Amino acid sequence: MEPVIKVEHLSKSYVLRQQNKTSYTTLRDTLAGKARSLFADPSSLISGTSKENFLALEDVGFEVNKGDRIGIIGRNGAGKSTLLKILSRIVEPTKGRITIDGRVASLLEVGTGFHPELTGRENVFLNGSILGMSKAEIKSKFDEIVAFAEIEKFLDTPVKRYSSGMYVRLAFAVAAHLEPEILIVDEVLAVGDAQFQKKCLGKMQDVSGQGRTILFVSHNMEVVQKLCTKGILLERGRLIQDGPIDSVVKKYLEVFAVGDSMFKISLPDDHEQQQGYAHLIHVEDIRGNPLAEIPIGQPWQIRVCFRLNRRVPQFVIALGLTTLFDMPLRTTWTPPGDLSEGDYEVVFKCDDILFTAGQYKLIVGLSSDRIPFQYVEGAGYLTISDVSTLHNDKQIINTNSGLIINQMNTIITRKSK
Amino acid sequence: MTRHKIIIEANSKNANYWKDLWNYRGLFYFLSWRDVLVRYKQTVIGVLWSVLRPLITIVIFTVVFNKLGDFSADGGVPYAIMVCAGMLPWQFFSNAFSESANSLIANSNLLTKVYFPRLIVPASSVIVSIIDFFISFIILIGLFIFYQYSPGWKIIYLPVFLLLATITAMGSGLFISALNVKYRDFRYIIPFIVQFGLYVSPVGFSSSMVYGSEKIPMAVKYIYSMNPMVGVIDGFRWAILGGQVNLFMPGFIISVFVSLFLLFYGIYYFRKTERGFADII
Repeated sequence: MEPVIKVEHLSKSYVLRQQNKTSYTTLRDTLAGKARSLFADPSSLISGTSKENFLALEDVGFEVNKGDRIGIIGRNGAGKSTLLKILSRIVEPTKGRITIDGRVASLLEVGTGFHPELTGRENVFLNGSILGMSKAEIKSKFDEIVAFAEIEKFLDTPVKRYSSGMYVRLAFAVAAHLEPEILIVDEVLAVGDAQFQKKCLGKMQDVSGQGRTILFVSHNMEVVQKLCTKGILLERGRLIQDGPIDSVVKKYLEVFAVGDSMFKISLPDDHEQQQGYAHLIHVEDIRGNPLAEIPIGQPWQIRVCFRLNRRVPQFVIALGLTTLFDMPLRTTWTPPGDLSEGDYEVVFKCDDILFTAGQYKLIVGLSSDRIPFQYVEGAGYLTISDVSTLHNDKQIINTNSGLIINQMNTIITRKSK
Repeated sequence: MTRHKIIIEANSKNANYWKDLWNYRGLFYFLSWRDVLVRYKQTVIGVLWSVLRPLITIVIFTVVFNKLGDFSADGGVPYAIMVCAGMLPWQFFSNAFSESANSLIANSNLLTKVYFPRLIVPASSVIVSIIDFFISFIILIGLFIFYQYSPGWKIIYLPVFLLLATITAMGSGLFISALNVKYRDFRYIIPFIVQFGLYVSPVGFSSSMVYGSEKIPMAVKYIYSMNPMVGVIDGFRWAILGGQVNLFMPGFIISVFVSLFLLFYGIYYFRKTERGFADII
């Protein structure tokens, strides 16, 4: 079968301007230099800068068949958005060639072109036409869009008076009713409340059920795995793997887990004379896969490898968690026990408290009979990323609300009329 | 969104560009519609501004040039009508030019998120100004009634000169808007061009004062006629003021050529640079 999208040797480079760091210049020198360069190249007027090429994409090639749902994954700055922008014809590649066969609609942002002064009704038409729908098409779907967004009452209110939730719902409703043959979607589901996200995902699955091709960027592996059939993994502008989604996601977790998810503990010279020592820390998801960044809202575990040089009575290993500003958050001790010589590992599971996005410091301590013999601050770091979306149907969780994002139990009781 | 095979390459010439432009006429319509709707939102007198701004300027120009400066119109035409016949196309040009020159920057969120032929954005700004022009036309009709002046049959040629004004505004708007994407200096240059243009164009005075003067050397007259708005305004006056005004043909032809050159060069430069807009805006 002829592929609907064919990408060959695609590269995109950007020119980065960097401030020249000269030691000391007088204003007169600067002015004279500016005056000289003014005649040479007006662009150099944008202050003393030097140019440097940056490759956002490098020799990327793949094919997409009709009806494929492709998940494009990779870390921040891997080139995912650049790829989508080139496919959407917003920016031009530096090298390479793409052949696309079919009607393309791209959704790189929810509510592109929404005008705050216009009413909901007017914005549906404006946004629809920006996304490539014809007037007749928008008219025929208008009622459906409004019903999907659940904003019937506010149709003739300027959107600047909308709540952010209503705004996003309306914007997404328009996009959800696009009917192109190829749909390109950047991480746009990360907005809106959980319930609406679910509705949108359902809608996208419906759409792909009708034989449409979808290219989808997300940091949320769960969503990608649910929605997509194939995957493309990018890292620093290069294509690392493409193929069935499960293997690509697995590769992603593998590649990016190593390094940042593993911390070697530096040991003193006499560590072999000590009773024992911890030497390695792994940050993992709850199933034991190494993970450099834990998606917010997901449980995680820390695996610490340690060695005992002889039999240690009443051995305890402890893991402490502090903020980067050394505020202690939590310390967990293993129950004391006599352990014989050998290599061990211990797993500290954190599945009850959900910490907010950010970096946390790990502390490891070993003791025997309450006398510590190893204590390492900053033994490793735990990174919780906010790129994933919370899947909680019952509550809205704001990730800026505090260090701990678990919700308390709440009861509202009516006391009087 | 049309059904055709798209090939994306570095520096590719999009053979379907003009066809694409036609296919995106819906977007063109909606962008113009948006600008018209938004223009006078949350203003008290709304669309009256389209009339009030040129009207006040006409009154001031008439007082300054005619009463204080002792200038007079050709062939006994009321001075206010002569100023109005120049002010309407000038106001149209200055609005269309400054709106379209700033339009790409004002719509930068669209440029970086959606594909469409970029030409649509500055072009739709010009259209909005045409609507303003028609509204402000009321002033001219009001002056005709006030002075009991009836324009001749030549007024049927007015659309031709409106087209010429559109060409001039579109050409310069496209050129400056493309430059503005890269060099924001133009944001400060645009108001200056508009202000400066008002004085070198025959808005407050008649072109015959330049062409008819014996003190002004011929070379200067030709330089004067290289301002495309000279041709436009002279044309408007010729059409509106009937037989009282004669067109200085060589000057008019130069103006028209400059207008056409501006349009073609504007489109050429715009097409050449538009592929990079999303990268640098």
